[in-house]
Amino acid sequence: MADQAEFAELAMEHMPSLYSAALRMTRNPADAEDLVQETYLKAYRAFGSFQAGTNLKAWLYRILTNTFINAYRSRKRRPEQTELDDVEDLYLYRRLGGLEAAAAGRSAEEEVLDHFTETDVKEAVESLPEQFRMAVLLADVEGFSYKEIAEILDIPIGTVMSRLHRGRKALQKALFEFGVERGLVGDRGD
Amino acid sequence: MTEHADASAEGEYVDCREAIHIIYHYLDGELTEDRRVEIQAHLDDCLPCLEAYDFEAELRMVIARKCREEVPDSLRMRIAQALDHEAEGHPGIPSF
Repeated sequence: MADQAEFAELAMEHMPSLYSAALRMTRNPADAEDLVQETYLKAYRAFGSFQAGTNLKAWLYRILTNTFINAYRSRKRRPEQTELDDVEDLYLYRRLGGLEAAAAGRSAEEEVLDHFTETDVKEAVESLPEQFRMAVLLADVEGFSYKEIAEILDIPIGTVMSRLHRGRKALQKALFEFGVERGLVGDRGD
Repeated sequence: MTEHADASAEGEYVDCREAIHIIYHYLDGELTEDRRVEIQAHLDDCLPCLEAYDFEAELRMVIARKCREEVPDSLRMRIAQALDHEAEGHPGIPSF
């Protein structure tokens, strides 16, 4: 019974980040709750195969993402597009006038970021196609390394990097579009 | 001479582009030590690139902060109960 006590002690502290990720993946609270509960049950059952001293959070995320991919993804209504338009580096910063402002010695772009609401940011993340969304969540929200993400998603590191590269740019584009819609930033055209 | 000057100017431009292009790898802490030092040196010398870097770093923090969710108490209870049930129903499981 020692393992069970140890599991609760070690794994429960990761629930807020697992639940946050589950919400971004499933995009609805009921499914997110079911996904997290299933993750904990599977993790509990498999805890004997977890190697003490290795990364428990990454191990839990692997179970979470596998469970999501196998169970919840099949419920989605429309197929995911798997490619994104490539946009330039620093998409959002450039659109906010950053490079010119920096040259002129002023920079208010970071203040614009504070005006994005939680809903804006969450919706922008949730608007990303699933494979890009998962890479961005694991890196930018959870702070996993490329190697850890590769292990969690069971994909090569090169694929992690390309999904992050495209996913982050698409996220910036989505945020900019929210900013324009909400009048936080002017539409500078293109 | 003119050609040489042009080539040199272009070289510096590529340097900024290169720095910007891998700024996320730098932020991710995923560059080799040599590469990290090179980019650090560039950011120390180049205000526009440093400003862009600061923006990207801030953006990342904003995204992480605004995607945090509180776990509903009902979910914590559900999971605790499910694990208890699992332990009762399958007393051998925890020590396999």
